Amino acid sequence: MLEVKGIDVYYGAIHALKGLSLEVEEGSIVTLIGANGAGKTTTLKSISGLLRPKNGAIMFKGNDISKVAPEKIVGLGISQVPEGRRVFSTMSVLENLEMGAYLRKDKKGIESDLENVFTRFPRLKERRKQTAGTLSGGEQQMLAIGRALMARPELMLMDEPSMGLAPLLVKEIFEIIKDINARGTTILLVEQNANMALSIANRAYVIETGEIVLEGTSEQLINSEEVKKAYLGG
Amino acid sequence: MLEFLQQLINGLSLGAIYALIALGYTMVYGIIMLINFAHGDIMMVGAYVGFFSIAVLGSNIFAALIFAMLSCAALGVLIEKIAYKPLRNSSRIAALITAIGVSLFLEYFTLFLLTPQQRVFPEAAFPLHKYQIGGLLVSNKDIFIFVLAVILMIALQYIIKRTRTGKAMRAVSLDREAAILMGISVDRTISITFAIGSSLAAAAGVMIGIYYNTINPLMGIIPGLKAFVAAVLGGIGIIPGAMVGGFLMGILETMVSGYGSTLYRDAVAFGVLILILLVKPTGLFGKDTGEKV
Repeated sequence: MLEVKGIDVYYGAIHALKGLSLEVEEGSIVTLIGANGAGKTTTLKSISGLLRPKNGAIMFKGNDISKVAPEKIVGLGISQVPEGRRVFSTMSVLENLEMGAYLRKDKKGIESDLENVFTRFPRLKERRKQTAGTLSGGEQQMLAIGRALMARPELMLMDEPSMGLAPLLVKEIFEIIKDINARGTTILLVEQNANMALSIANRAYVIETGEIVLEGTSEQLINSEEVKKAYLGG
Repeated sequence: MLEFLQQLINGLSLGAIYALIALGYTMVYGIIMLINFAHGDIMMVGAYVGFFSIAVLGSNIFAALIFAMLSCAALGVLIEKIAYKPLRNSSRIAALITAIGVSLFLEYFTLFLLTPQQRVFPEAAFPLHKYQIGGLLVSNKDIFIFVLAVILMIALQYIIKRTRTGKAMRAVSLDREAAILMGISVDRTISITFAIGSSLAAAAGVMIGIYYNTINPLMGIIPGLKAFVAAVLGGIGIIPGAMVGGFLMGILETMVSGYGSTLYRDAVAFGVLILILLVKPTGLFGKDTGEKV
């Protein structure tokens, strides 16, 4: 479904991604793990068009999207749950969700997706009139996920959804990710929490200073000595 | 007491005008962090468009208002595209200096085109009536300006709170990158902001024409600066703040003129600016969060 082919991305003079390639098969959960500053967020931002690769291609369903305007990407079926949630803090929960469906015109579809989000996250329904900035961290993460779902994406890019959350909430969020995937959305998950990410992913890539250094099925990586040492605290 | 109420009434119409101008400052700042110093001059252009459509085309005051608002909406969008958009990723001081340049351009191009001569707003377009209400003197101009300004402000609030476009404007001003991820076009949103802000300024320009009777190419400077003070007083970037700030400035100005001296009214206006910057730089409605990282 998604194929990143040898992209080079620069921040000014800094070479942030060095010929990075990865592939996400339809229906799967693929995770990209690595340390802080390795280039995980940069990879996602390149896919969603916020950053422009100098070389290489990003193929989505057979078309190169690396030169598509960033605000057009979501319309193609890719939505992103950004790092640090990035909810619209002074807008209400409901308005945040409406923004997720900004490009959609099918009123009925939006209504039913809104109901689905509220069924999945009852706390958001209770707080639909509250401004997003007053929610707890976990609730904001749920809102960011709900907002991304409102675009009815085929591929969802998730950037560190576990960041800053209590362990119990992290578990809940990962259950939700699994469930979203089970209902047909392909997921590319970026995580520092390698343990959790590998536990739900089909395939995984390990990124270090802008390059993929390891890849394989989750089982392969969980059992790999290098990954154990560097990322699993073993 | 009667004297005080009278000054209050006089202040309300002037304040309504300041509030309309202040809204444009605050909306543009909210979305691209730029103090658009050309905003007062857009107001001046609006006054001239209104003047010519009454004096030359013979249109009535409402047609003149709509014509002025549409022309200035287009002018505002054009200014943004030509002058500010290329600087969007430059330092803020570069854009600020450019705004001052645009301001001077509008002033002196109008001077060149139309001569510095004052023009008298045609009395026939808005015949003055005065009413005595329980000892208070109210003119139809005051009522017209106040009511129209309030209608425009309610319309603005409706657009921003309820419409898809308005929500997109808020989203862009809160978090531009997240807004892009939703599929919102930042360019389009910024254009709409300039269009709305400039059309409100145009309405204010026509109102000033009615209020003071005369217009000239440099008429935008002082009201523009006072409206800027009003926007800062309310909290720059905060829409209700601009409204309240505008009314406060108008009322303060008429009070100073009424009880003190007209000579001091401008000094007091800028004294207010200094005072806010000293005491509460974020303005009346601003939260002391500082710049978000």
